[in-house]
Amino acid sequence: MSALVVARNLAMPGRLQDISLEFAAGQLVGLIGPNGGGKTSLLQTLAGIPPASGVVIIAGECARSLAPNLRQRLFTFLPASRDVAWPLSARDFIELALPPEADWSPLVNRFELSGVVDRRMDQLSTGERTRVMIARALAPDPILLLLDEPIANLDPYWQLVILDELRDRARTGGRTIIMAIHDLRAALGWSDRLLLMAGCRLVADANPPGLQATGIIEEIFRVDPNLSAIRPADRQSSP
Amino acid sequence: MTRPFLLVAVAVAFLLSLALPYGSFATLQARDPALAWDLLAQLRLPRAMLALTYGAALGACGAAVQTIFANPLASPDLTGTTSGAALGAVIAAYLLEFASPFAMSLGSVGGAMAALGLLLLLAGPRAETTTLLLAGLAISALAGALTTLALALAPSPFAFYDAYDWLMGSLVDRSLGQSLFALVPTLACIALLLSQVRPLDSLALGEQSAQAIGYDIRRLRLLVIATTAIAVGACVAVCGAIGFIGLVAPIFARRLTGGRPGSAILPAALIGGLLLLSADLIVRLAPLGRTLPIGVATAVLGAPFFLWLVSRMRWKLGR
Repeated sequence: MSALVVARNLAMPGRLQDISLEFAAGQLVGLIGPNGGGKTSLLQTLAGIPPASGVVIIAGECARSLAPNLRQRLFTFLPASRDVAWPLSARDFIELALPPEADWSPLVNRFELSGVVDRRMDQLSTGERTRVMIARALAPDPILLLLDEPIANLDPYWQLVILDELRDRARTGGRTIIMAIHDLRAALGWSDRLLLMAGCRLVADANPPGLQATGIIEEIFRVDPNLSAIRPADRQSSP
Repeated sequence: MTRPFLLVAVAVAFLLSLALPYGSFATLQARDPALAWDLLAQLRLPRAMLALTYGAALGACGAAVQTIFANPLASPDLTGTTSGAALGAVIAAYLLEFASPFAMSLGSVGGAMAALGLLLLLAGPRAETTTLLLAGLAISALAGALTTLALALAPSPFAFYDAYDWLMGSLVDRSLGQSLFALVPTLACIALLLSQVRPLDSLALGEQSAQAIGYDIRRLRLLVIATTAIAVGACVAVCGAIGFIGLVAPIFARRLTGGRPGSAILPAALIGGLLLLSADLIVRLAPLGRTLPIGVATAVLGAPFFLWLVSRMRWKLGR
C-alpha cells in the first residue's frame, strides 16, 4: 500500500536534523519525546513554517505550492500556543480564512460549542479555547492533521472526546493524524504508531506494543515501566 | 452599515473643514469673491486634504503595524518610524535651511527608512515581537535625542523656532503642491496595505497558523514596515510629527470589524482621517487667539486615552 503522506529531507536549522517519513492513510500517529526533543519542530517543518526545509507530498500534491483554500483541504496545523491577540468571537475565529465549502456545523454539537461560539476568544477559558482551536483545525476536514498538544489543558472528559474524534477521523475517514502529546498513557493507548523524538532526532518509530517492548521509553523519559515514578537511578539524591 | 456612516461622517467633516469658520469667509466673499475662492482653494483645501491624508495614513499604518506585532499598543511611533522621519527632515531642513519641501520629503522618508534599516539590523528580519518593539523604542529614543541635539545646534533662533514649530505638527500654510507630496505616496501605500487584508486577518489565528495556511508572514512584515515608513515619512515631511492617531484609530476600527485586525485597515484610515479633521477643526475654532499646533492638540487628547488603555489592559491581564 502506498503512503498517503510522504515527507523527504525535513530539516529546521539548529532544531531538527534531516528526517524522511511516510504515513499511511488512517493512521493516528503519536509524537512523543521529552521537552526540547524536537516534537514541535517536526510538526512545524511538516506544516512548512519557516525556516523549515524539505518536501511534503500529500495525496500526490506538493502541499506548499498551493493557495490557502486548497492547502487547508490537504493539511491544517494546530499550534501549541492557545493565546489569542485579537478579541474575535469563537465563530469568527473558526471562519477566519476558512475555505468557503467547509461545513463546521457538526463540530458545534460534537464539541458542545453552542454556548461558546458567540463569546469572545479572549474571554473563554483555556480549555474552551482549545476546543475552538481544534474545531478550527478540523473544520476544513484536511487529509493530514498536524496537532501540537491537542489534549493539553483539557479535563479528562474532553481529552477522551478529542482523542475519540481523532481516531474516528483516522479509522472511518482515512485521514492521517499526527499529534504531539506529553501524556504517555494516552499516547500508548490511542496511537496506531509512535514516533519518539529526542535531541532533535527521530529515535524510534514503532507501534505502541513494539515500542514498549524495547524499553526505550523508560530510557529516554527516565521513568519506571509503569510510567508512574522516576527511575531510581535518575532520582536526585538529597544531601 | 457602519462604513457608509463613516464615509458620510468623513465627508461632513471635510466639508465643515472647508466651510468653517464661515463668518470670515462669507464676509470676504461679499467683498471680493475671487479672493474668497482663492482662500478656499489655496488655504483651506490643502489643509483639509492634509488632515484627511495624514489621519488616514496614521490610521491605516497603525492598524497594519498593530497586526504584525500582534499588539494593540503598537503604532508607527513605536517602531521608531515617526521619530526617524522627523530627524531626517530636521537634518534635511538644516542642510538646506527649509529651502525645498522636496528635500524635506526625501530627508523624512530617508529618516524613516534609516529607522527601519536600523530596526532590521537590531532585531533581525525574523525577530520576536518583543525584540522588535524594544528596538523600536530604542530607535525612537535615539532619534529624539539627535533631533534635540540638532535643535540645540540651530544656526539661528529663527531656524530653531521654525523647526520647533514644525516638529509639533502643523497643517497651516501648506500649498496644494506640498499636500500632493503627502497625498500621492500615502494613497499608494494605503492601497498596498488594503491588498493585504486577508493575510493580515489570518494573523488573528496566530502567526504559525497563518504561515501553515500559506501566507508569507516575513514578506508581509517587511511590506507593512516599508509602506509605513513611506506613508508616515511623506506626511511627517509636510506636517511634522502628529501622535496618537495611529494608536487610537485602529482600536476604534476593530470594534467595527469584530476584532479582525486586517479588515480594520480601511475603517481605521477613515477614522484616522475623521479624527485629524476634527482635531484640526477644534484647533481652528478654539477661542485662544493663537492657533495651537495640531500635534499638541492630538497629544493632549490622545495621551489620557493611552493611559486609560494601559491601565485597562493591566487590569485585564491581572498583573
